[in-house]
Amino acid sequence: MAGRATTRALLLHLAVLAALVVLYWLLPDYHRGVLARVLVLAVFAAGYNIVFGYAGLLSLGHAMFFAAGIYGAGLPVYHLDWGVGAAFATGVGAGALLALVVGMLALRTTGVAFMIVTMMFSQVFYLTTLYFTQWTRGEEGLVLPQAARRLALPGLEIDLSDPASRYFIAVALFSVVLMASFAIVRAPFGRVLVAIRENEERVRMLGYDVFSNKLAAMVISGAFCAAAGAAYAVLFGYIGSTFATIQYSILPLLWVLLGGAGTVLGPLLGTVFMFYVVDITSGYTSAYLLIVGVALIVLVLFFPKGVLGTIRERWLRWLP
Amino acid sequence: MAAVSPLLQTRGLSRSFGGLRAVDSVDFSLDAGEIRAIIGPNGAGKTTFVSLVCGRIAPSAGTILFEGVDVTRLPAHQRVKRGIAYTFQITSIFANLSVFDNVALAAQRRLIDHAERGGSRFSPADLRRGVAEALERVGLADRAEQAAGKLAYGHQRLLEVAMGLALEPRLLILDEPTQGLSDAEIDGFIALVRDIARSATVLLIEHNMPVVMALADRITVMNNGAVLAEGTPAEIRADSAVQHAYLGTPDDD
Repeated sequence: MAGRATTRALLLHLAVLAALVVLYWLLPDYHRGVLARVLVLAVFAAGYNIVFGYAGLLSLGHAMFFAAGIYGAGLPVYHLDWGVGAAFATGVGAGALLALVVGMLALRTTGVAFMIVTMMFSQVFYLTTLYFTQWTRGEEGLVLPQAARRLALPGLEIDLSDPASRYFIAVALFSVVLMASFAIVRAPFGRVLVAIRENEERVRMLGYDVFSNKLAAMVISGAFCAAAGAAYAVLFGYIGSTFATIQYSILPLLWVLLGGAGTVLGPLLGTVFMFYVVDITSGYTSAYLLIVGVALIVLVLFFPKGVLGTIRERWLRWLP
Repeated sequence: MAAVSPLLQTRGLSRSFGGLRAVDSVDFSLDAGEIRAIIGPNGAGKTTFVSLVCGRIAPSAGTILFEGVDVTRLPAHQRVKRGIAYTFQITSIFANLSVFDNVALAAQRRLIDHAERGGSRFSPADLRRGVAEALERVGLADRAEQAAGKLAYGHQRLLEVAMGLALEPRLLILDEPTQGLSDAEIDGFIALVRDIARSATVLLIEHNMPVVMALADRITVMNNGAVLAEGTPAEIRADSAVQHAYLGTPDDD
């Protein structure tokens, strides 16, 4: 019963991960590069999904966590010649800490106020990166030297600018976050988050501290998004204020909505879809955003709960 | 253990909404093992009173003692941990979740608390057992996989009770549990509450008089936010002040 659904879902997720590995040998060079980037951004989307899809908190400020990862990892590499491993860990820690502080303040509000407060905090973060132009070079950004982007492991050194290692590190990071999401959603904690989304008052009357559960969700989400940012910095070697703009708060929302909010695989699906629609249409016309818009409208009409959300509702109820 | 102090006690408990004193200086006492019914006309302050007890709203004045401990300042979720469970007047199950998940939310709460108090960590099998027991008691065991929102109304009320049961509370507050149920369902419900009362104290808000008379050990009558009368079903039936409250008093227009 419940056990069989879990096994089936687990197999599906492992199959997706295996397919991502195999795709490396099937795809032409260009698409390998695209997919590596998309996977890192899908990690960002998966982090956003914890807060938005499961706990039902509509944050408009998640760019700050992504950017916290980017700067937390990128600045030490650029200015302090840190190793990539330590820099990555710093990036994730910066995102989690920022999410803790912002969460403690922003979670005192709900609904529209929460959207505005998170957006404002993110805006403060963005302006801060501009204020310290001396170190961040603001919008222009910094390019991390290729020599610094090497991951030193005992007995082997990986060049992160190499397309193959880039691809497989992106797959590895995505796998960790996907399986972590899967475990969270299946755990008692995940059940509480979904219940908070559905009816907060009832959850409180079942003996749960709603605030601390939401805060935990924020911190996990912040850590995932920052992991995506940190990986983005060291894999693609560019850090800039653009990643802290409002656009990067809206994008994960779109990806998650398209793929299916509150589904484990939805963020990946949404990110891939969005990326390729933009990629393909911009090859034909400069008015590609028009086509993207129409595609989004069609999708929302036929898949109101996102692609996977609708599939789950109609056919595959066991999908986590 | 001798019944020295009552399970639940309130002293001077009050709550005003603007100028309206919805609950006005209520002294109330409930012994462990009792089935107590609170009755009274609409707007008498019954739901407000139990909401104060379970912590959904904060009192304007007065104290609440649960098992001799002052819980007046405790947030609602802490009171649930101490054993006060509340089932909602308006059915408020998680409609989009399965019946299993609805009850699992309550059952895992109790299992987590047990682990926090130094007990062993619980396994998914423990959780399934806890959920199955609660569903068994209300007779919904064969509907565990269904979406809760798709249940018939009477079954949703039973699910609401199952969620309360899975918390294994010391005090279970039922707010108008038989509202909207058919006669046959009500008979089943009376048997269920008797069964629950063997392991928990039950505080029941109810409009349906036959249900009250069949179940309650004692009845508290509220009117205009205050306790009007209290006694056994026979005493309450004979009380003239109660009849006035329901039929209208001479100074009402």
